[in-house]
Amino acid sequence: MRKRIRLSVAFDVCIILCLFFHLALADEENRLKKVSFIPQWFPQAEFAGYYVALDKGIYTKYGIDLTIIPGGAERSSVDYLALKKADFGGTWLSTAIQKRAQGLKLVNIGQIIQRSALMFIAKKSSGIKTPQDMDGKKVGLWRGDFQVQPVAFFRKYNLKVKVIQQPFSTDYIDLFLMDALDVATAMWYNEYHLILNSGLNPEELNTFFFQDYELNFPENGIYVLEETYRRDPVLCCAFVRATLEGWEYCFDHHEEALDVVLKYMREQHMPASRGHQRWMLERMIDIIQPLDTSGPIGTLLPEDYAQVARILKENGLIKEIPPFEEFYRQCP
Amino acid sequence: MKIRGIAFKLILFIMTGITLIFALIFGYNYLYSRKILLKNVEDNARNLALATTNRIDKILRSMEVATTNLATFLQQTGYSDKMRLLSVIRSFVECNPEIYGSAIAFEPYAYDKNSLYFSPYFYKSDNETKFTYIGGEGYHYFYWTWYQLPKELNHPVWNEPYYDEGAGNIIMCTFSVPLYRTVTGEKEFLGVLTADISLDWLQEIVSSIKIFESGYGFLISRNGTIVTHPSKDLIMHETIFGVAEGRGDAQLREIGREMIKGKTGFVPFNSIVTENKCWMAYCPVPSTGWSLAVIYPQDELMADAISLNRTVILLFVVGFFLLLGVIVFNARSITKPLRMLANATRVISTGNLDAEFPRIKSRDEVGKLSESFVSMQNSLKQYIKDLTETTAAKERIESELKVAREIQMSIIPKIFPPFPQRPEFDIYACIKPAKEVGGDLYDFFFIDDDHICFMIGDVSGKGVPASLFMAVTKTLFKASTSQGIRPDEILIRLNNELARDNESCMFVTIFCGILNTKTGEVCYANAGHNPPLLLRQGKKADFLSVSASVAIGVMEGLSFETEKLILLPGECLFMYTDGVTEAANLKDELFSERRVQNDVSVLREKPIQELVSGLMEKIEDFSQGAAQADDITMMILKYFGGAQ
Repeated sequence: MRKRIRLSVAFDVCIILCLFFHLALADEENRLKKVSFIPQWFPQAEFAGYYVALDKGIYTKYGIDLTIIPGGAERSSVDYLALKKADFGGTWLSTAIQKRAQGLKLVNIGQIIQRSALMFIAKKSSGIKTPQDMDGKKVGLWRGDFQVQPVAFFRKYNLKVKVIQQPFSTDYIDLFLMDALDVATAMWYNEYHLILNSGLNPEELNTFFFQDYELNFPENGIYVLEETYRRDPVLCCAFVRATLEGWEYCFDHHEEALDVVLKYMREQHMPASRGHQRWMLERMIDIIQPLDTSGPIGTLLPEDYAQVARILKENGLIKEIPPFEEFYRQCP
Repeated sequence: MKIRGIAFKLILFIMTGITLIFALIFGYNYLYSRKILLKNVEDNARNLALATTNRIDKILRSMEVATTNLATFLQQTGYSDKMRLLSVIRSFVECNPEIYGSAIAFEPYAYDKNSLYFSPYFYKSDNETKFTYIGGEGYHYFYWTWYQLPKELNHPVWNEPYYDEGAGNIIMCTFSVPLYRTVTGEKEFLGVLTADISLDWLQEIVSSIKIFESGYGFLISRNGTIVTHPSKDLIMHETIFGVAEGRGDAQLREIGREMIKGKTGFVPFNSIVTENKCWMAYCPVPSTGWSLAVIYPQDELMADAISLNRTVILLFVVGFFLLLGVIVFNARSITKPLRMLANATRVISTGNLDAEFPRIKSRDEVGKLSESFVSMQNSLKQYIKDLTETTAAKERIESELKVAREIQMSIIPKIFPPFPQRPEFDIYACIKPAKEVGGDLYDFFFIDDDHICFMIGDVSGKGVPASLFMAVTKTLFKASTSQGIRPDEILIRLNNELARDNESCMFVTIFCGILNTKTGEVCYANAGHNPPLLLRQGKKADFLSVSASVAIGVMEGLSFETEKLILLPGECLFMYTDGVTEAANLKDELFSERRVQNDVSVLREKPIQELVSGLMEKIEDFSQGAAQADDITMMILKYFGGAQ
């Protein structure tokens, strides 16, 4: 009789304990905050840090349950951010400054890319060796914020060019290869390599890096709506820290990072060439490193901000330069 | 050993020679046949590549022609009738099975002043032809490559292949043709007409290229993108240059550059797929600027040649060992008889002359050798038989000669002193023949009580003839003496007897004398013999002077002279033959009369036996081992005085 009572008590205790742990665990799960992030473009090694951090559970470690919305030509990351379709968005500094100046209250919480990878490429056979040689030639430009540096370049060197708009599909390099363009705009980590992989040797090309022409615009950074930031700065900084940790993992584990990136690319039916992604990853690592490589990654320097803002203003793209402190929230 | 010698040498030289020759021939054949094969492969490969690209080109060109024709038609006949325009495009798509879709895209406001975009697009889907307008906010077709390329280049252009998800993820390729209109005499860009074709058929054509087991073909686009390849994950994901970069293969990059330049070539190649050495032939597809490559795996195309080579080597090895066997066998056929001959010879050399020689019937040198051996054996046997007989005969003769010597010695007086009862004189003599029997003789005998006759003689020559003549001479000499005879008479008689039947022309020199034992008077006669030594008391030994004379037996009727001398007691007459004086030493020096004279003089006081043996010793010492050329005979007569 007593035995039976004891057993039933033990049984009840077990049930209570189970319920407790379930709730605790559920609580644990509830403590993971669901956020979404939209990169600026299609999945590729350009955003390796995010994918790797997601895949390796780094975001989870920081208490974040992250969804990465695939970016691309038809999806503007800034628009998604503005429309609150995504919590975090990646976009260029020049774009963000313009948006801020136009009134969109977004803030930069991490400047991933420290340097500009934008460049002009011309075939040596075209005879274009110096900026001046571009006068009167057909120059391909992407629309949108990819035009800011080129336009400033043309102003700087007083060039009148025939602008051909480059579509955002990478087959636009065909225009360059078929000589429908004399000069093409390209990203160092992407289309430049595609051009090399279409059979042109580096010695057959003349390159013009904007960072060499005092038009070094740090590019991709992590942006969030100011109100989102105010609501939960800890979460935002956790996101940034997790992202940076993801990037650091990529620095040390190239092949593993490539595996992750290629996986996501194939999910989106992107043509995925490991060799090309490797080049991209390596260049990304180059441009993520600050000029002073001993410094931390992911910081927006005031002088870089000032330079970009100044040029935007000079070119009439913004009226006033938004204050740096309002624009940038550095995470501790 | 010999076997290894000849067979081994044969094998070594012949086999080495054969192997070298074979290696040379094989090497040349291998290289040359490789060259030929490769040339054939090259021709084959180039032809295959060309044939395939022609097939592909034909289809693509027909697309080009159809589309450009339509463009021309539209430009010529106008397009403002929208329904007609649409139906033309629709039927263009419907009637061409290779065309997946077609669009006509106009410049902004070029078709309709109110409409920025105008781009009707017909396409095949689910077995029917569907329609849509492709211009719009989300699709600014003006900037797309298929639009800008013909616009900027002013000619129709094939665009790079792409994956079309909408069409079920097949590879498509768009051909776009620029359209123009004439506005106020100026040609103005109007828009673009496109035709999308799927490249299934292309993949089929290229993947149906089967070369041996692992050969294949692949096709790259104008910019190097791999359009079709056995490794599916390369298709559309990689350019040939990307692959080259991934493999660190600079040669592949160069090949790719040549290919996209529209070159034709045949090069060695390391395949991505088979990881083997291959040959690659590439040639361009002229219409699109693509390039096709066909890969020939080297070891497979060489497989026939290699297996042929292997067979040849195998045949050689088999033949080698066969030849080896034949040589060994043949060598044995030479060395075996040689060996047998050697063994038989060895047996024979131990003395067994009757050993059987192996019968070798071959008609070559070995057979001849065997024959020679047999005849040698027979000759040897014969020779030894003859030798044995001769030796036996010789031994017989020798033993007979021994007997003859005994007989000869027995007929001359051998006992000394011969007359012990006669103290008036003593006589001693000895003969040492050069051979078993000799031609020297001496004799002494009493003619009567007071007269003793003595003689010494030397038959010409030596050996058995001389000994026989000596026996005859001695007998005849004794028979020629009678009481009261004078020595010369003895000699005359003897001479006449001997010369009469002397067919062998032998002669004998004789000195004989008769001693009167009472008076000591010696009558003597000489027939060509050496003059004896006279040993007078108180005088030097000196040669008796004898008158010149001829030897006995030369011819009949010769006369001789008797001379006389008186021996006083103690005086000697020493007689000898020329064997004493002509005894030679190794230097061919003769003993000579002088030595005889001297040595006898030295020994004269000795008893006569000692004198003679002493002189004999001296002669022996002198001649020192030189062969005795002539019989040595000495006789000495000593007179002591008449008996009372």
